[in-house]
Amino acid sequence: MKSSVIIFPGSNCDRDMDVALKKFGFKNKMVWHNDAEIPKSDLIVLPGGFSYGDYLRCGSIAGKSRIIKSVIDFANSGGLVLGICNGFQILTETGLLPGILQQNKYLNFICKNVFVKIKNKENKYFKNIKKEVLELHIAHNEGNYFCSNDELKSIEDNGQIALTYCDNKGNDDEHNNPNGAIKNIAGIFNKDKNILGMMPHPERMIDSFLSGEDGSLFFENLIGSL
Amino acid sequence: MVEVNEQIAIDHGLKKDEYKKICDLLKRTPNITELGVFSAMWNEHCSYKSSRRHLKKLHTKGDQVIQGPGENAGVVDIEDDDAIVFKIESHNHPSFIEPYQGAATGVGGIMRDVFTMGARPVANLNSIHFGSIDHEKTRNLLRGVVKGIGGYGNCIGVPTIAGQTCFDESYNGNILVNAMTLGLVNKNKIFYSKAAGVDKPVIYVGSKTGRDGIHGASMASAIFDDKIEEKKPTVQVGDPFTEKLLLEACLELMAGKSIISIQDMGAAGLTSSSIEMASKGDLGIEIDLTKVPCREENMTPYEIMLSESQERMLIILEAGKEDEAKKIFDKWNLDFAVIGKTTNTKNIELFFENKKVAEIPIDFLAENAPMYDRKWTKTKLPKENKFSKNNFKSLKLSECINKILTDPNIADKEWIWNQYDHTVMGDTIQKPGGNAGVVRVHGTNKAVAAAVDSSATYCHAHPLTGGKQVVCESWRNMISVGAKPIAITNCLNFGNPEKEKNMGEFVECVEGITEASKYLNYPVVSGNVSFYNETKDKGIKPTPSIGGIGLLSDYKQMVTMELKNDGNYLLVIGKTEGHLDQSVFAKNILSNHDGPPPEINLFNEKQNGLSILNLKNKNLIETCHDVSLGGILTAVSKMSIKGNKGVKLFPIEGLVNKFEYFFGEDQGRYIIEIKPENLENVEKMLKKDSIHFDKLGIVESNQITYGSDLKISIDDIKEGYKNWLKKYMVN
Repeated sequence: MKSSVIIFPGSNCDRDMDVALKKFGFKNKMVWHNDAEIPKSDLIVLPGGFSYGDYLRCGSIAGKSRIIKSVIDFANSGGLVLGICNGFQILTETGLLPGILQQNKYLNFICKNVFVKIKNKENKYFKNIKKEVLELHIAHNEGNYFCSNDELKSIEDNGQIALTYCDNKGNDDEHNNPNGAIKNIAGIFNKDKNILGMMPHPERMIDSFLSGEDGSLFFENLIGSL
Repeated sequence: MVEVNEQIAIDHGLKKDEYKKICDLLKRTPNITELGVFSAMWNEHCSYKSSRRHLKKLHTKGDQVIQGPGENAGVVDIEDDDAIVFKIESHNHPSFIEPYQGAATGVGGIMRDVFTMGARPVANLNSIHFGSIDHEKTRNLLRGVVKGIGGYGNCIGVPTIAGQTCFDESYNGNILVNAMTLGLVNKNKIFYSKAAGVDKPVIYVGSKTGRDGIHGASMASAIFDDKIEEKKPTVQVGDPFTEKLLLEACLELMAGKSIISIQDMGAAGLTSSSIEMASKGDLGIEIDLTKVPCREENMTPYEIMLSESQERMLIILEAGKEDEAKKIFDKWNLDFAVIGKTTNTKNIELFFENKKVAEIPIDFLAENAPMYDRKWTKTKLPKENKFSKNNFKSLKLSECINKILTDPNIADKEWIWNQYDHTVMGDTIQKPGGNAGVVRVHGTNKAVAAAVDSSATYCHAHPLTGGKQVVCESWRNMISVGAKPIAITNCLNFGNPEKEKNMGEFVECVEGITEASKYLNYPVVSGNVSFYNETKDKGIKPTPSIGGIGLLSDYKQMVTMELKNDGNYLLVIGKTEGHLDQSVFAKNILSNHDGPPPEINLFNEKQNGLSILNLKNKNLIETCHDVSLGGILTAVSKMSIKGNKGVKLFPIEGLVNKFEYFFGEDQGRYIIEIKPENLENVEKMLKKDSIHFDKLGIVESNQITYGSDLKISIDDIKEGYKNWLKKYMVN
């Protein structure tokens, strides 16, 4: 399986993602934002970080970068596109995913382990993961997902909510919402479920000496389902 | 152009006799640009004029040392071809004036010092000190500093893995922000700042130069007064995004062979970087200031030379490599300008709009910079307190421990480190909140531990003992995670060196640091000095911060501090005499601030530490935590809270009373957790090494108990300990 990780100026989880993809068997290539084309891939990843410093609005300039047209074409032809953290912000900026990511409710950067509930397993990202609740890690300042009521209805109707913040038992109520995201949303799909944007970082949870190992389940499933 | 006179020199922070010396050396009056250059190079921050003669005494040698003090950062060998580049630096004065930018640029500056040497930064740490929790500025300063540290480090993508936060009224008018960075480099590919060869191109890369930070270094060498807010414009503004690009571009250029030397533009900007490079290479340097990329219009030579705009580097390249290098900086969208060349004149010559605007022999700025042998006074060892039974009569262990666990200097600091990305780069195997942060050496079985420590209370009571203690505490932090201590970096924060008492505190702390680091073979390889931490005649307590690093040859053998399993035994390694003077207990419970700090016995310190490493190597230790502020019961409580397990404490033996035993701050001690089946073996080994130990208790249930004297549930103490800071910040 071939994957490509796009590097924007200011990306800082690109190496971590490269390490994780390779660990689980992907043949991964790094692609520079100013390139016009992406090598033949089964998966494209937009990694975390602060693309272009995120000075204007998180992900907005990356959403207009040279490479992004190829990402959009790839996604529109059904290819798998995964955006983590800043990558999720970029995907909303391109319009590939609905909604926006605002500053965290308590205005602080948050770096900690969280539990997330898998809301939809009928897709390649979560298909064969046996657990319902995963322990993952978040590290962001703008992860407070928001969308209009109409959009929310359509997201829910189409089963586009991928992950919600919850406790270790799967209660995804307001007590278990770290950043104020609407409906505790931690990750969403597009309608066809080939595009996934999520705030948590599975690539930081790939061995027992790190914050946890549930990220391994994510990548094992991903390569298995491709 | 302004005519220079004595008053203008004084306004630049120079003393009358220093100005006279400049005129004598030059045999003429300097022009304003030259005066600016002198004032930048001769201030305390850059010249170390009060501290140099004492810093020479520091213990800086060892087989593990590749580069000691004097470069951008220190370098130590961590086996194979790997080396760690590391340093700690202060950014105190700017952080008090503008906490966010002050702290952010502190982090940015120290990271540049590390990647200038060819190393990729792999971990950040910090030591921050604030005024009393009741002081009106404390909350905002703390909030701003934490946001600034996070804002910069998080954006660059380097994990902040450990730190230290203290509160004391002596910092009411002068907070301390000390930032430390560790970088990883191949030991055969280290870059230095020493220029070599004549007619080599001098290259400016990075951000453009603006008017920010002009005279930053002079500000850092001055005491504060009521008009301090007026100094806001001298605080630099950080741009972590540009630094990230600069980091990647520099590392890309360093992969080739075109760089002769490289230096970041930190304090005193273009002035100190160009002069240091030329001075180390015994060369001259010629710069055409018209070619410096400027952000603002009509900048004068004076402003360009003194700007402290961030994210800039000066590189001396092999001639003919300019185009190759420029391509890399173009790719990263950074400015790249050839601004001058090295010469054999041994002068710095500055040109602007085709005119020579300054010419100074470099010797005058570097070697001939003033050096003072300031007067200083010794601090006598204070008399010991004699606490009597009456002092303890009405006290209950449970009330005492609850009060101590919610002491601002003891309470949990998760509110702070949750705002720092501590897991990016995917190698953080011990997070903040433990004995030390630990990161794996990427792609190997090795890991590096790092921690920052300071003990201003002890240093204030007796600087010589305090200086020794901080080094020992750092060493213990390394031992506690199972790492072999390697080397330290120090950030020496003191008051006004022109006062004999402050100067004495400095001299004796340095002596203490030297003695301990020599004995423990824990050399100082880098650091900086921050004097004049004083506002309106009130100076800070002497606060040397020690950043230590250690090596784990197998990261799987790392030790953590949370209690593991019911039925395991706890031992205290090291003797407990019950020293309460200067302890948290004395201050917080007995309201006593007198007496000497606990004594340091370097022989025991070393023996105890090495014997623990020995036990760890034989896989006999489940858990380890050093006993520091708050004594044994505080240490046990933290271990319990982290592991969510209780402890039954055994009756204490010997003459000390229970308060002295549980809260005394005797040094050189650790608590270790041992499986029952290993107990006999461990006791035998400790006895063989003549290590004093007490059987402290057994891990069980979810309470800490001591006979009928103490019964507290972990949940109860956790609540206060975990939430104190959060509650304080929302009030």
